[in-house]
Amino acid sequence: MIDLSVNIAGLIFKNPVTTASGTFGYGDEFRDFIDLGQLGGVFVKAVTGKNRDGNAYPRMSETPSGMLNSVGLQNRGVDYFCREIYPKIKDFNTNVIVNVSGSTLEEYVEVAGRINELAKIPAIELNISCPNVKLGGMAFGTVPSMAADVTSAVRKVYKKVLMVKLSPNVTSIAEIAKAVVDGGADVITLINTLLGMAIDAEQRRPVLSTITGGLSGPAIKPVALRMVWQVHKAVPVPIIGLGGIMNATDAIEFFLAGATAIQVGTANFIDPQVSVKIVAGIEEYLVRHHLDSVNSLIGALRTD
Amino acid sequence: MDVRKLVQDLHVVKNIRLNDRHFLLELVAPETFPMLLPGQFVQALVKDSPSTFLRRPFSIHSVDYVNNTLRLLIQLKGAGTHHLSLLREGEPLNLIYPLGNSFSFPQTNDVLLIGGGCGVAPLLFLSQFLRQQHQIHPTMLLGFKTKEEVTEIEEYSRFGNVHVITDDGTEGEKGLVVDHSLIRDGINQFKKIYACGPEPMLRAIAKIAGIHHIDCEVSLENTMACGFGVCLCCVTATQTGNERVCVEGPVFNTRKLKWN
Repeated sequence: MIDLSVNIAGLIFKNPVTTASGTFGYGDEFRDFIDLGQLGGVFVKAVTGKNRDGNAYPRMSETPSGMLNSVGLQNRGVDYFCREIYPKIKDFNTNVIVNVSGSTLEEYVEVAGRINELAKIPAIELNISCPNVKLGGMAFGTVPSMAADVTSAVRKVYKKVLMVKLSPNVTSIAEIAKAVVDGGADVITLINTLLGMAIDAEQRRPVLSTITGGLSGPAIKPVALRMVWQVHKAVPVPIIGLGGIMNATDAIEFFLAGATAIQVGTANFIDPQVSVKIVAGIEEYLVRHHLDSVNSLIGALRTD
Repeated sequence: MDVRKLVQDLHVVKNIRLNDRHFLLELVAPETFPMLLPGQFVQALVKDSPSTFLRRPFSIHSVDYVNNTLRLLIQLKGAGTHHLSLLREGEPLNLIYPLGNSFSFPQTNDVLLIGGGCGVAPLLFLSQFLRQQHQIHPTMLLGFKTKEEVTEIEEYSRFGNVHVITDDGTEGEKGLVVDHSLIRDGINQFKKIYACGPEPMLRAIAKIAGIHHIDCEVSLENTMACGFGVCLCCVTATQTGNERVCVEGPVFNTRKLKWN
């Protein structure tokens, strides 16, 4: 009997496949395509303290094996989320996890405190890694002391599972990981997008209104795998890995590097059914390799 | 009215080259179409094309419910559309559809449809719909670069009166669509305008419509990643904030857009 479930800081996921914040809306948008109950969890779009309009168009550029975006955390704010969105998503038959973001430490604390009151949200993912906002976001995720401070401040008001999503735009990912674990993180999610840029040579102008943006898709998978591996060796907490996962084989690679679960991100845009196909593919891999649980793959990379 | 979106393999019935830059793909669906509306679009998967990554959005050009086929009018722009131009009869093409809102139904018979370049694509379906569902006989003004790109006029003519203008004057009047005599001298006979084409053209039309107090809807084609409302990349600025061209659009009433 194959057991696809994983335990992440005491929270049970029926399988290790979840969907990345910012690529899955509030889950509702995928109901035509898949049964959300077949997923281990869904990470919904970032929530901030106040309404954010996001950045000006253009916000996207296709790149080789990936894309750049500079959406800039467009959302209606935490009041709207609690009042209008939460009632629609709270009874999904899967773990619904909220991505929490902000421009200041106080904003992170405020939003986390509000989400803490929502009974059916078992965890938050602290987004200290968005490259597309002028204030905050990635700034909190690139300096170890700031990463530790925002994590410990949120830890004081947030009583359930606290995940922290790291930025790859750092010199030492292990150092940031240690800082957030010291600050009280239960789980580390990585990686957010890589800071990048696209240029229109004919117009001699940047493609994105913000000039720079966040790179995602298969182009970043090798960077993500390397960072999952380094963090797995550096800290004892569970890791949720993401970055360019397009199929079950990619997911298995993340488990081997040390991830306990994975998030499917940009791939949702191309195939909105890909997440459930990855669940099936992981099961098929386990059968083929005579394994009865995903857990036997976690960090099981052979390096001898 | 919420129609379920499909992810489905359709198959190529015909791939018709219209001219150097445009081709038509006729696709047959494996089951009866859901209700499709003029202005809606599809997201096509470009398979085995290593230099492209995302799906490509195309508006629905025409629909044949009897044979369960739809047509896409595609302009060759880059690697993705080049790849699609090589599709042969019988080959599959994976689509997510139907996506987006649609043109509204007019409360008048005095309707003008304006298309520029590949922006003519949704207007064939719209004129078909207006004629067959609402017994409206629309006037159409179609702008092309040059004579060689003027195609399918007999198709549009089945549903309304067609006027043509080309950039170089090799067919119809000469100039951009806003230079046409229908716009310069006859615009007041219309009570509703529907337009699709490059954004500068749409902005010019919106301005003219505003001056003459004519209700005007435009179909936008912002770059998008997903096409079904989750990536938030295709937004346009409206009176009520940034809205998604793929869900709240692609059709917007120009009063709603922040174009002034």
